[in-house]
Amino acid sequence: MTADTASAAKTGPSRSEIDQTLRAILRDVLGLDQAQVDGFDGETGLFGHLPELDSMAVAGLLTEIEDRLDIVIEDEDVDGEMLESYGGLLAFTEAKVVEG
Amino acid sequence: MYATWPCPLPDGSTGEEMALRFDKDRPRRLLMIPPMFDEANKFRHQVTEIMRRFDANGVDCVLPDLPGCNESTAPLADQSIAGWRTATVAAAAHFAVTHVFAVRSGGWLMPDTLPSWIYAPVKPRQVLRGMLRARSLAAREAGVSESSEDLLASGRQEGLTLAGWDLGGALIRELDEGEFAPPADAVTIEQGEVGGKPLWLRAENDHDPAQADTLAGIILGGLAD
Repeated sequence: MTADTASAAKTGPSRSEIDQTLRAILRDVLGLDQAQVDGFDGETGLFGHLPELDSMAVAGLLTEIEDRLDIVIEDEDVDGEMLESYGGLLAFTEAKVVEG
Repeated sequence: MYATWPCPLPDGSTGEEMALRFDKDRPRRLLMIPPMFDEANKFRHQVTEIMRRFDANGVDCVLPDLPGCNESTAPLADQSIAGWRTATVAAAAHFAVTHVFAVRSGGWLMPDTLPSWIYAPVKPRQVLRGMLRARSLAAREAGVSESSEDLLASGRQEGLTLAGWDLGGALIRELDEGEFAPPADAVTIEQGEVGGKPLWLRAENDHDPAQADTLAGIILGGLAD
């Protein structure tokens, strides 16, 4: 138990935890059901595809990702590619968690 | 349902602002302090849902407009958090409230002389960061490069329009310095207690009757103690 806790703290959240956290945040931001966000794949379009995801909503989304995954996302990290699709956002977030 | 109230303004004069209220001269009277800026719109429906539940359960409640907010004709750019706090204290006295319920950033304005609840408090810097980020994202989409750091530096001096909100330099400095917080003895209600999806995260405005029931229930329980 103690060993597990220590190792979790050292390595941070696993890839599947990051995936689940991101889906939960998108569920909350977009007001979707869990089943709908469970159906997201790497190609699912985000910014530019979902009219409700405007700049204020994206700002809220990024701040919530920072809070829940304990990372910092700088302005210059944010580009169209990372927000274009679910796969892009997941890959970006995983890289940030590893970096952090 | 709608009333006006005499509101102190930054220049020392008194203006007239609107208030939404359920007032039947009952002994328990709640002052509602909604969140500011973007979240004010996101929560307007939900705050009135909660007020209807207080009314149905024998509790008066009032939601006063602050200068520069909602239906107010005062320019937003002239307002400050300190000024809104003064206005909130004046509203509490004018409507003779006995308790206070604030939502999110509304917690910065809570009078510290009345028993109170704060739902999902947020820090001034977090709110400012969100608005700065929204502006730099929108600028980038339009092909203009604006960094949050540069925006903040000039905004502290000259004010700044962020996410459609025309904020004066004093207000930007207050948000950046982050000194405003709910009173230490306010009862905090976190989203985990309420359940459901946090409405402030929603891209589209929404309301949630089940969350309104739970929130009102927590406060009605506290009022009955």
